[in-house]
Amino acid sequence: MQQTRSVEIGTGLFVMLGMSALFFLATQATGGEGFSSTETYEVEAYFENVGSLKSKAPVSMSGVTIGRVTSVSFDAQSLEAKVTFVIDSQYDQIPDDSDASILTSGLLGSQYIGLQAGGSDIFLEDGSEILFTQSALVLENLIGKFLVNAGSDGDE
Amino acid sequence: MRELIRDIYGTIFEFVRTFGAFQLFFLRLLRYSPKILIGRPGLVIKQIYNTGALSLVIIMVCGFFVGGVLALQGYASLAKFNAEDAVGTVVALALIKELGPVITALLFAGRAGTALSSEIGLMKATDQLSAMEMMAVNPVRRVLVPRFLGGVVSMPLLAAIFSCTGLFGAHVVAVGLLEVDVGAFWQQMRLTVTMSDINEGIFKSVVFGVVASLLAVWEGYNAIPTAEGVGRATTRTVVITAISVLILDFMITTVFL
Repeated sequence: MQQTRSVEIGTGLFVMLGMSALFFLATQATGGEGFSSTETYEVEAYFENVGSLKSKAPVSMSGVTIGRVTSVSFDAQSLEAKVTFVIDSQYDQIPDDSDASILTSGLLGSQYIGLQAGGSDIFLEDGSEILFTQSALVLENLIGKFLVNAGSDGDE
Repeated sequence: MRELIRDIYGTIFEFVRTFGAFQLFFLRLLRYSPKILIGRPGLVIKQIYNTGALSLVIIMVCGFFVGGVLALQGYASLAKFNAEDAVGTVVALALIKELGPVITALLFAGRAGTALSSEIGLMKATDQLSAMEMMAVNPVRRVLVPRFLGGVVSMPLLAAIFSCTGLFGAHVVAVGLLEVDVGAFWQQMRLTVTMSDINEGIFKSVVFGVVASLLAVWEGYNAIPTAEGVGRATTRTVVITAISVLILDFMITTVFL
């Protein structure tokens, strides 16, 4: 009897340890989006170029993550990239003339959307569109511009 | 020439026959599984203790050092690109998707698989299985199924524990020894690791758990009932499990990517 008890205790401890390990991996090692069921609202924005922005990329304002990108697709009518993202409903006082730009975290980091507050009295709500957008910086374009500038400098 | 062809034919025939018998054996275990799980959970719990709880020490120690060495190697390579901050991402993805399930399965085969097959082989060699049949107790149901189920339950949990201790080891090495920023280490990891990576790891560890315990039970049950036969069955358990786990890992990864 004593022996079965210790077996049962050992098994119980083992299974609990395993479950907590799984829980740890699911919540701590991922951004926790697997369990996030908080209320959100959806906003869309059109960009000329999204670079390598992927869905699930963070949307941040003043450096704090307030939402996530849900989809990146190409809009055949406006010939621009359409990005939809959700913002946590607790941040419901973002002016609708805020501008969205695609930024890179660190030199080799992933890309994210940065929002910069505008001054309007009307706030973003479910389904609204951000009009002021700034495309991702594409390295080749930058180098091209730099070369053109360097060339014109040499002429002077 | 003719003999050679006959030999090759015989070998292939024997291989196909064994493979078929193995599948039927698997189906037989599956058929009894629900009844044992509901009717005699005590038997399964005892086996979870034997295969899972008793493997904890080896899994945790190995996990810690595997995570540590991954952090060291990852740091050394990433430092060439000035991307030391990504070491957390590299270690977490490697552990969760690949090394966690695979190394756990290999250790599981060495620690628990051998114990299972030699135990069952010895039961067969000492006629305990026949004695059960004489008493109208089905040895497959009473002996094999609980051991199989115990292994299947333990493996995913062990793999998760392995990955966690690995992350801990990586944290100790990267943050403690190499002075990577704590925030960067965990934040980079959280940005890149997604729930689907974890699901892939869980899926793999479940598959490997089924394969490793099934092979251990099968080899023990089909051991030649002599001292030498049991020894050979134990060796075969480790070898075949290692081969099938690595091949399956490759196939699963191809499907997932």
